[in-house]
Amino acid sequence: MSEKPKVAFYWCAACGGCDEAVVDLAEGILDVVAAVDIVLWPVAMDFKKADIEARPDKSILVSFINGSIRSSEQVEWVRLLRKKSQLVISFGTCAGGGGIPALANEFSREEILKYVYETCPSNVNESKVRPGPTPVAHNGDGSALTLPELHEQVRSLDQVVAVDYYLPGCPPTPKIIAAAVGALLSGKMPPPGTVLSPDKALCDECRRKDSKPADLSLAEFKRPHQMHIDPEKCLLAQGLLCMGGSTRSGCEALCPEGNMPCTGCFGPTSRVRDKGAKVVSAILSNIAADEPEAIDKILDTFPDPVGTLYRYGFSKAMLRRKQDD
Amino acid sequence: MSEKQMQPTEGSKPKGFEPQIVAFFCNWCTYTAADLAGVSRMKYAPNVRIIRVMCSGRVDPQFIMKAFAQGADGVLIGGCHPGDCHYSTGNYKCLRRMRMVQRILQRFGLQKERFRLEWISGAEGDRVRAVVNEMVEQVRKLGPLDLPGKMKKLDEELAEHEMHVEPAREAAHV
Amino acid sequence: MADNTGNGQKTNGLPRIGFYICHCGSNIAGIIDVVAVAKFAETLPGVVVSREYKYMCSDPGQELIAQDIKEHKLERIVVASCSPNLHEETFRKAAQKGGLNPFYFQMVNIREHASWVHENKAAATLKAKDLCRAAIYRVRLHKALEKRRVPVNPDVLVVGGGIAGIHAALTLANAGKKVTLVEREATIGGHMAMFDKTFPTLDCAACILTPKMSAVKSHPNITLWTYSEVEKVDGYVGSYEVTVKRKPRYIKEDLCVGCMECIEACVFKEAKVPDAFNQGLSKRRPIYIDFPQATPKVVVIDPATCINVKTGKCKKTCVEACDRDAIDFTQKEEKVQLKVGTIVLATGFKPFDPKKSPHYGYGKYPGVFTALEIERLVNASGPTSGEVLTRDGRHPKAVGIIHCVGSRDEKTNKWCSRVCCMYSLKLAHLIKEHSGAEVYNFYIDMRAPGKAYEEFYEKLLSEGVHFIRGRVAEVTDWAMTKEEEGKLVLRVEDTLAGFVRRVPVDMVVLATGLVPQSDAGDVRRVFNIGCGKEGFFQERHPKLAPVNTFTDGVFIAGACQAPKDIPDTVAQAGAAAAEALALVDAGFVELEPNTSYVLEEECCGCKNCIPLCPYTAISFDETKKKADINEVLCKGCGVCAAACPSGSIVQNLFEDAEIYSEIEGVLAR
Repeated sequence: MSEKPKVAFYWCAACGGCDEAVVDLAEGILDVVAAVDIVLWPVAMDFKKADIEARPDKSILVSFINGSIRSSEQVEWVRLLRKKSQLVISFGTCAGGGGIPALANEFSREEILKYVYETCPSNVNESKVRPGPTPVAHNGDGSALTLPELHEQVRSLDQVVAVDYYLPGCPPTPKIIAAAVGALLSGKMPPPGTVLSPDKALCDECRRKDSKPADLSLAEFKRPHQMHIDPEKCLLAQGLLCMGGSTRSGCEALCPEGNMPCTGCFGPTSRVRDKGAKVVSAILSNIAADEPEAIDKILDTFPDPVGTLYRYGFSKAMLRRKQDD
Repeated sequence: MSEKQMQPTEGSKPKGFEPQIVAFFCNWCTYTAADLAGVSRMKYAPNVRIIRVMCSGRVDPQFIMKAFAQGADGVLIGGCHPGDCHYSTGNYKCLRRMRMVQRILQRFGLQKERFRLEWISGAEGDRVRAVVNEMVEQVRKLGPLDLPGKMKKLDEELAEHEMHVEPAREAAHV
Repeated sequence: MADNTGNGQKTNGLPRIGFYICHCGSNIAGIIDVVAVAKFAETLPGVVVSREYKYMCSDPGQELIAQDIKEHKLERIVVASCSPNLHEETFRKAAQKGGLNPFYFQMVNIREHASWVHENKAAATLKAKDLCRAAIYRVRLHKALEKRRVPVNPDVLVVGGGIAGIHAALTLANAGKKVTLVEREATIGGHMAMFDKTFPTLDCAACILTPKMSAVKSHPNITLWTYSEVEKVDGYVGSYEVTVKRKPRYIKEDLCVGCMECIEACVFKEAKVPDAFNQGLSKRRPIYIDFPQATPKVVVIDPATCINVKTGKCKKTCVEACDRDAIDFTQKEEKVQLKVGTIVLATGFKPFDPKKSPHYGYGKYPGVFTALEIERLVNASGPTSGEVLTRDGRHPKAVGIIHCVGSRDEKTNKWCSRVCCMYSLKLAHLIKEHSGAEVYNFYIDMRAPGKAYEEFYEKLLSEGVHFIRGRVAEVTDWAMTKEEEGKLVLRVEDTLAGFVRRVPVDMVVLATGLVPQSDAGDVRRVFNIGCGKEGFFQERHPKLAPVNTFTDGVFIAGACQAPKDIPDTVAQAGAAAAEALALVDAGFVELEPNTSYVLEEECCGCKNCIPLCPYTAISFDETKKKADINEVLCKGCGVCAAACPSGSIVQNLFEDAEIYSEIEGVLAR
């Protein structure tokens, strides 16, 4: 075996975009590959769980784990990687805050399973079979087929194992990945717990910043498909719910550059504890109404409040999930 | 009486559920009204814990989330009447936010009686009494919210898993 | 005094906290088990001294804190006692005396918010523990802060030219301060100028008021702006910027000498406009002066009735009559800016509108009058030259005075107006004196609590005025007997005799109560002060700060605060003037350091905070592309701190982390 540092990539509840992002390093990936030994990367290379289990504890320099944690299998894997790694880096917004899969926290597991396996109109499942740890079918040889258990709660990675650093984004951009890998290999890492992206909101690096008026008062919220978006002007000033002001920078305003509002994938700054609540506190302070009815009228145009406000960070919402009150 | 015990109701033996209400009162109107209720020796339910802020406009919805997450059964916000804010318009900013907070809390499954925004002027000590008493009764009927307990219970699914998969491993950092 | 001095307790790097709980005699200790709370506090991390003491605000109590700071190297102080509105300053100073920054202190309100409002001892003690825990958690995060000092502009604004405003203005001017007195009407004098005599001494109101009015006019330190209203107040204690609307009176004030030739010359040969000063009991012309001693003694043209103002088509005989060319129809409304450091509000009251109690027949029967109308009738310079006459010109043989009209009444106003009993006695005396009529007082309770007031009541009793104890049910002209024909009959249950009386009279006087000015709500918003439920302006503390308001540098005096008589009004006006003087003479005020500031490195320049500040304290620095808060303009509401989307604005004393720790503290059980 070579003396190169060992690196693992793993995916939990994720779309695969984070793995794509690694590939997006383009030629840069070759430098990384040259500098390290990749010991696990399910999307690209064939390693088995047993290979990792066989390694000594802390023998992997760093595990990059993307995706949120919502099944018993994922819990098992991330605990294993934690044990075998010196550093665990939460990779992408799903691992960091739950991401899109965590929107499931607005429903109970029962509601989800019932819909998906029973009431969904396109289903044919007369015996109402559901996947899970209980054997539900037999392989040809008569052995039981079991599946990992789906958890009630979709969690961020740090709600299951200790995380050393966070790379935000849906997915993290090549620039911040490269910077993190560079720092890692040179041993110049910031204090543990740091999010490896500037702790300042996105407006800072948005080209449209200067066009934002200093007396913004919002009379309604619009969705991108409802309007022609001015490619130069501040998107929030155009009535689009751009979350740039409350979202960590580092992506170089990719979405606003593409004429779309920031939806907040880099998560909040370190000074914000509940991003959804903070956005309410910030943006809604400036709506153009003082009477309850008039306020409600404007709020009615706010698209899917919980889904919008907690789109990438539902697991980190202080209330954590829909409660049965 | 130990810290763990439930609070007793006013004038009766300790029994049953006693709601815990966290209140954020603005310094100039509602906090003063609560002072006035005290000076006037008005009696009201002991379930409310008042946190002073200078203006209801200082109340960041994060504080409300924090209070619920920390175990509050209800959150009450008190500010100056519309038009009477000591800082001119802070209460309107509060109102704009709280109309949305109420919607969000309901989407999170909380009953709407658990959250309340009231305008109470410095002269309305009796209104502090009435609002607190009413809210305590409403929340008492709803029963405990107990988010810390619910969250702890929820995390048992991690522990359960640990039991049969990796019994020897030390507890996860959450 | 039990000491729990936390023997050898380690603080694990936490600041060393001293905790003190006050018995407040039995005010707190009677309900809250202070010993248990002190013992409990001692167990909390960081607390190295925990004590309970009889009166923490006393000198020994404060000394205790100062001593402990030195002896136990305390770094934070928590005192659980009364409302911070009362003693926060006291304990901050005690901390300072011990060598600690005064803001390393947190106060817990367990009296107003616990012991005084709860009866269950266990529950109140539990609540006290929760609140104390929150303060102990919070105080760890406190930072050393400095109070801001801002200079006080020595000039003072007095609003309202009644006896309160006059007295306050004169007191301040005599102390050498420049005063601007703004009065809405064309003359100062207020209600007192309408009175004939004043109780209980019966000195003539004009005789004691007129010299003060002239003193205002001639005082070198007073600028008098009548016919003017304050429209807008910006700024803060020490430097208020006031916008005053000066209505056109169409007279050049500096030229008019008050000869009143113009009034005689008016094209209206007959006076046709109801004279408001005489309560509509006489008529005036469109050009007029309220009363002979009006100050300034300058006529005024009423734009609503003057033909020239309305149509521009008038012979303008008034202009011809004025040999000083003082009449100027080109005058326009002006907005004048004024800079002052302090403000005294003395905007007075209005009398209750008796039409709201229709059973007394005001407006229905010509024989029913309000007390203020009678003041004008008995006044020698009034519409009847002092003769008491009914509206149809008859001399009344019997007069009934109904007390508590619009006071002490569930249907109208619950409060006692404080002056009606006494002025009713005075009017009874004057009516009897002027007309020889029999006078009946219908009262609920006779309230005569001032100096020489009870004696005045005694005097009236001996003068043969009739007193009937009972609330009048109605005034009617429906005669049941021959004697009642052509009379007004007062139906009343005589609660002393125990039967219902019908008392026929020729004239009824309604002792109307005092209510807030109709626009008191707008006025107090201009000055950013509060009001009570009834609408009178709210004092900062009913006993200890009766002329202060919750807005520093704005003081209140007279009946705008609550109904009161002339002696109390004058005393309060003096107090308000003294409070203003105290600020002016100190030359500066210290302001709470609870301002907000922008974390410059972290600010992304999103400008979300800028429109939220009501004081335009936040600006956008175009070079740095970041928000900037002007600490002098910031009043410390914290709206911007709550609204910064990236959490990059911090409010001193109310930092996010401090509030979170308080939330954790109250719920940590």
